[in-house]
Formats: sequence, C-alpha cells, structure tokens
Amino acid sequence: MKIILNGHSSDVRGGESVLAAIKQLGLPPDARGVAVAVDGEVIPRARWEDVRLSEGARVEVLSAMQGG
Amino acid sequence: MAETLTELEDPLLLGGRTVQSRLLLGTGGFSSLAVLSEAVAASGSEIVTVALRRVDPAARGSLLDVLRDLGVQVLPNTAGCHTARDAVLTARLAREALETEWIKLEVIGDEDTLLPDGAELLRAAEELVAEGFVVLPYTNDDPVLARRLLDVGCAAVMPLGAPIGSGMGIRNPYNITLIREAVDAPVILDAGIGTASDAALAMELGCDAVLAASAVSRAQDPVRMARAIRAAVHAGRLARSAGRIPRRLYATASTPEEGMPDFPLA
Repeated sequence: MKIILNGHSSDVRGGESVLAAIKQLGLPPDARGVAVAVDGEVIPRARWEDVRLSEGARVEVLSAMQGG
Repeated sequence: MAETLTELEDPLLLGGRTVQSRLLLGTGGFSSLAVLSEAVAASGSEIVTVALRRVDPAARGSLLDVLRDLGVQVLPNTAGCHTARDAVLTARLAREALETEWIKLEVIGDEDTLLPDGAELLRAAEELVAEGFVVLPYTNDDPVLARRLLDVGCAAVMPLGAPIGSGMGIRNPYNITLIREAVDAPVILDAGIGTASDAALAMELGCDAVLAASAVSRAQDPVRMARAIRAAVHAGRLARSAGRIPRRLYATASTPEEGMPDFPLA
C-alpha cells in the first residue's frame, strides 16, 4: 500500500497500521519523543497499533529537533 | 565580605512553575550537541526550546537525552508555522511527543522578517488555551495585542526586540515599556538579542525574563556568550529593582560645592 510518509511516497510493508509506518522509518515501536499525524490529525501513541492507514494517507512522524 | 551573585532570591513564576533562572535558551543553531550542552549549563537556563520536525533516522545523538541529562524543562515551539491551523496541530503533536502542556506559540506572517501574524496568533492562542495548553506566545512589540493574548488566557507574552536572528537588540524600547505597564503577567523578551547589553536592557525595561537563541548559539564562543548573557540578565534585573536615576540634559554635580577653597590669583 502506498502512503506519503514524511513527504516521500512510500510502500508500507508489514501491515497497514500506523505502527507499520513507524517501523518503516527504522524507529522502534516504543520510540520516545515521537508524535504522529495522519491526514492532519494526531494519532496518540496508544492507538498506533489499531489505526489503519488508507491508500495515499499523508503520515507525518515528528520528533524534537534543535530550534527556537 | 564579598557577596556572591545568586539568582536564587528572585524566582520567576511562569505557568504555575517557579524557576530560578530568568534566561530561557533556544537550542537552534548550535554546531554540535556537545557545545549545546555546555552552553545550556553555562547559561543556567532551566527552560530550553526545541522545534518539531520530521524524524531523521540518520540523526546522530539524541537532543532529548542531552536535555534530560541537563535536567532542564523542554519547551516545544511551533516555529515555521504560518497559520493558526498548523500551529495548533504542531502544538498537539508536541504535547504528544514530549508529554508537556507548554507551548511556545509562533505563527509567522512574513518570510523576510519572520514577524508574527497577530490575527492568526490570537486565534491559535485562544484555541490552545481552551485545549488546556500553557501558551507562551511570541508576539510583536504591540501592547494592545499583548493584552489581547493575555485576555484569552496566555500564561505570558513574549514580545520581540527585533526580528529573529537579527541581533539588532531592542528597536523600540518604549513599546517594551508600554507592554510592561499594560500587563500584569510575565513579559519575556524574545528575539533580537545580539549580545549581553541587549539582555540587560530588556531586564532594565522591566521584562521578567529573556529568551536568547542565535545570540548564544551563533556567537564565536557560544559557551562564553551564554555566561555573559546570564550575567547581563541578572545585572539588568538588579538594576531594575534598584531604581535608576532620571535622565537629565545637564550635569548635576556629584561632589558638593561646600568647602571649596578660594585660590587667590597669582
């Protein structure tokens, strides 16, 4: 299934959950300091495993960076 | 006996927290996490800002680990957001990622000056306060907007001295004074600080704290500049509470006339 993961078209393997997208980025499932938005909506950590992504979903996986 | 400089006697109440340091530090622009860590320690800051960006799986070292080791409070910002909608979503993501209700709210209205968009800022502030955030808005040096931001429940106002990263100091000290007079909430001078004297001036004008970022991180010796601005914040705070003499056009002799000798002409 194709999604837009952090701005890049990405073919998610290993399921259709938010968690699968997180793993796709090389992050551990319990990644600290990370937040996810799917199509402009925050998906809380507790729902990463349950929320299904649909074809073409825009997934943003963010963390703290130097700034401000 | 010589006194030692201490910040402990004059804490800052901010968002329901008591902090000893009146200097907040931005983490942007440091050449490495090692320099960042040393500069944060030298600054004495207890609150440091971070931005939220796409995860970089190749990133080396963890900013959050460094900040946790320093024992400072991480204050996420909404840097780069141009609309209330984006800023609100970024704040929600920051809350989720960093487990904090605190947000330094930035909504930028102009690409060249990075000046805040007052209308979008106020809209975002209102929405985030309603969602339970402790909102610290980066705002123009506008006393009316400052009041409006506090009316909707912001925990402080953070007026700019000059555009972000410009190092131009406080371009309109009268407006900062007017904001100080207009509001009964913490005023944190944000943006524009170029060197220590700018920070001292902010405090002398009655600001409760100063946020420095580029002034420290892009100085030739960031650690030394962190120390300098820390001392300046402290000095400015002391000077403010000491009460300065009024400015006069003409001299006022500091030495009495009485007891002057009468020298005869030779």
